Amino acid sequence: MKRAISMSVNGVSQQHEVEPRLLLVHYLRDVLGLTGTHIGCETSLCGACTIFVDGQAVKSCTMLAVQADGAEVTTIEGMMKDGQLHPMQTGFWECHGLQCGYCTPGMIMAATQLIDRNANPSRAEIRHGLEGNLCRCTGYQHIVEAVEHAAKNSRG
Amino acid sequence: MANYVGQRVKRTEDPRLIKGLAHYVDDIRLPDTLHVAFVRSVYAHARINSIDISEALNAPGVVAVYTGKDVAKIGPVPCASALPGLKVPDYRVLAQDKVYFVGQPIAAVVARDAYAARDALDLVMVDYDDLPVVVDVEAAAKGGPVIYEDFGDNIAYKLTAGEGDIDAALAASDHVLKQRIVHQRLAPVAMEGRGVLARYFPGEEELTLWSSTQIPHLMRTQVALMIGIPENKLRVITPEVGGGFGSKLNVYAEEALLGWISMQLAKPVKWIEGRRENIQATIHGRGQVGYVEIGCKNDGTITGLRYDVFADLGAYLQLLTPAIPTLTGLMLSGSYKIPAIQINVTGCFTNKMSTDAYRGAGRPEATYVVERAMDLVAAELGIDPAEVRRQNFPRADEFPFHTATGLDYDSGDYEAALNKAQAMIGYAELRKEQKKARAEGRLLGIGISTYVEICALGPSQAMPAGGWESATVRIEPTGKVTVLTGASPHGQGQETSFAQIAADELGVDLNDITVIHGDTGIVQYGIGTFGSRATAVGGTAVFIAIQKLKEKAHKIAAHILKTDVASVAFAGGHFSRAARADTTAASAPVVPVGEAPAGALPEPHTEGKSSLTIQEIALAAHIARELPPDTEPGLSATYFFEPKNFTFPFGTHIVVVEIDKETGDIKFLRYVAVDDCGKVINPMLVDGQLHGGIVQSLGQALFEEVVYDEQGQLVTGSLMDYALPRATHIPWLELGRTETPSPVNPLGVKGVGEAGTIGATPAIVGAIVDALAPYGVKHLDMPVKPETVWRILKGR
Repeated sequence: MKRAISMSVNGVSQQHEVEPRLLLVHYLRDVLGLTGTHIGCETSLCGACTIFVDGQAVKSCTMLAVQADGAEVTTIEGMMKDGQLHPMQTGFWECHGLQCGYCTPGMIMAATQLIDRNANPSRAEIRHGLEGNLCRCTGYQHIVEAVEHAAKNSRG
Repeated sequence: MANYVGQRVKRTEDPRLIKGLAHYVDDIRLPDTLHVAFVRSVYAHARINSIDISEALNAPGVVAVYTGKDVAKIGPVPCASALPGLKVPDYRVLAQDKVYFVGQPIAAVVARDAYAARDALDLVMVDYDDLPVVVDVEAAAKGGPVIYEDFGDNIAYKLTAGEGDIDAALAASDHVLKQRIVHQRLAPVAMEGRGVLARYFPGEEELTLWSSTQIPHLMRTQVALMIGIPENKLRVITPEVGGGFGSKLNVYAEEALLGWISMQLAKPVKWIEGRRENIQATIHGRGQVGYVEIGCKNDGTITGLRYDVFADLGAYLQLLTPAIPTLTGLMLSGSYKIPAIQINVTGCFTNKMSTDAYRGAGRPEATYVVERAMDLVAAELGIDPAEVRRQNFPRADEFPFHTATGLDYDSGDYEAALNKAQAMIGYAELRKEQKKARAEGRLLGIGISTYVEICALGPSQAMPAGGWESATVRIEPTGKVTVLTGASPHGQGQETSFAQIAADELGVDLNDITVIHGDTGIVQYGIGTFGSRATAVGGTAVFIAIQKLKEKAHKIAAHILKTDVASVAFAGGHFSRAARADTTAASAPVVPVGEAPAGALPEPHTEGKSSLTIQEIALAAHIARELPPDTEPGLSATYFFEPKNFTFPFGTHIVVVEIDKETGDIKFLRYVAVDDCGKVINPMLVDGQLHGGIVQSLGQALFEEVVYDEQGQLVTGSLMDYALPRATHIPWLELGRTETPSPVNPLGVKGVGEAGTIGATPAIVGAIVDALAPYGVKHLDMPVKPETVWRILKGR
């Protein structure tokens, strides 16, 4: 039996009837067509599916869409403001923080939460903060530099 | 024009990726798409008595269920390696009467959505009788249950190669050191698994396959043959590909099946691999157990090396499965003069997923063997590991250097890279510090690897399906430049680096160039991106195609400027009557399209000019009213570049670790890597390749291992159990470079995609072994876990 849910996704109000078992990431990708959020492991280990739910970074592959009923959701597609890249997006571009790009949306979301909580993180703190996100291409070093870049620019 | 080549140019592919607007296979949405899920074997070896699909067929949303008997006409999954005497099992896209590994596809369920397809999997009833299982590769070689009765044993092939009299060389040595060496199975784990979307148009009889692959053209050829569609009616598109590392350098059962199913149902069908499927049924890497013997003189001179290796091929042969150990054999000379070398390969079937090319593909194994052997020599003779390496290097003036494995290394200065790495890390001081640390009871270890690798694969003589690469470069009427490359990059950044090459050669702005790849409907036939070949072979094709294009543009320019070709010079994007002094002038402006009436091409304003931009020539070439006699209209050139040799990048990695005596924990103190990949197009991309490669090496050295139990069950079947390196595991990587151009191609580039995975593992393991030297440790098998170390420290 389907359940009615409503939530705000990237500032747009959404209302749908969904199966209770529908994963939030599938709701975003398959119902709303927001395919920037990726699925990498289905077990909450890789972080490719990281989004914000009510301001908290969560892994959307292990959350049901019905659990986000009433929530404010932000995905990678909602990170640009007024046509401008988010400083974290800029950091990843400037510092070559991505190669194949598959982990990147989740990595950007997790890293954004990281600098929201700690405006001036050390390299060790950045690495610790990104431990829940796997990247197979970059070896993480350019990602660490991208986060430093973004943190610096966000501090102004 | 500013020089782009050699600069840290930001990637042009990044904006779509960082905005979440790129399209991987699963991001492509077609109306009425059906979804496919696979019933996979839960046994490593079993007879299938029956398959009951009736319940699944009646499940909500299910459209069709196919089993082995339905697809008997689809040709076997191909193996491209032709080794003498190779036994090739009949690898059907769905299992016929037996299954041979856990994860082998048995049935395909097609449903209206992915959840319904997944639900119906549980309703397919397979009745099995399990059969004896062969898991261990050495056991497979020595007898035990025979997997394929027709073959008589589990040995797929045996191969011996090498030059020099190895028996005499070892007999004449002062010392012969022996070591058993394990290269554990690894899962490539591209962050995007495999995935296929297929759409068949019955009227046009055309099939399009979107697949996450490294080799769209080779795949098109093979899938066309498998499912019996004319190759020119099949289009393969690789949209964004989320990493490959060799695992997508293959043709898989699912790719052919999806195409075939779409043809049966005349609907789009999609299959997206889950991570559990990915670790079960996408190729694994490595999987060798070998025995090395190295001979040396008392002064450290290496006299000979023999490597007897058992290669764990798995149950079936995928595209290059049996060829990977042959690459190991080719690289057994490492960066040393070794007069006699012999490899004896025994390729064995086991009840496991196939091994095949994983980043490095046979070369990390060779480097690991040689470098570990050099450490054994150093330890035996009491010579510093750096010095025993140095004294066996070919000198810089000895290149091209012929090895006893039959290769001719193109260029190199191994000592320069070693010197630079030693200087960066302060080697002499470090050894003193180690001595002091040991006196204090601390376990400080220094590991060193002076590797060489084989890249730019390769001359067609040495490749199963052509080793060249193709490029088309054209300048459109509006002056925009289109580059079509047969290489199919998937994260390496060639959209940027090839644009850098084109921008410099054409004297145009980087932003006016678009690099297109990965679509057999648009791009001329190509080979693909693997074996660190895309820039050295594919980039060279781009470079030479541009020279052809410029030659034509030059003739047109001379004609329009009413002079002869010899009196026209090209610089900074301009053809001029006299050679321009200022070759770094601003880029030629694009033809101002805005001035033309809407819908019409702008008129070429060439009258009375003494200089023309290459874009003005392009427009004139398309308008075609002012061309020299016998000149084809348009401005486009295609080149297929066949390299005359491989390239041989090299370098030195030095690692410092400290081991916690209580826990066995391994802590990195320094990591210095000096890599020479020839001429560098974009240093930022090269650094990225090195970082990624080194960290995959670190994963192999410390964490990663595909484990099957004695029943052939995959124990490490998800990322809960298969341990990948995370951000916290990695030391800060200090990179340095030397630059020895390759003479093999006009760009002087060598390739860098696999350097890190080849150079790093022996350095890391060497450092741990060195740290544990006070405990009498001379070698350790990977992955070196804290538990292993703890047991040594505690003597348990």
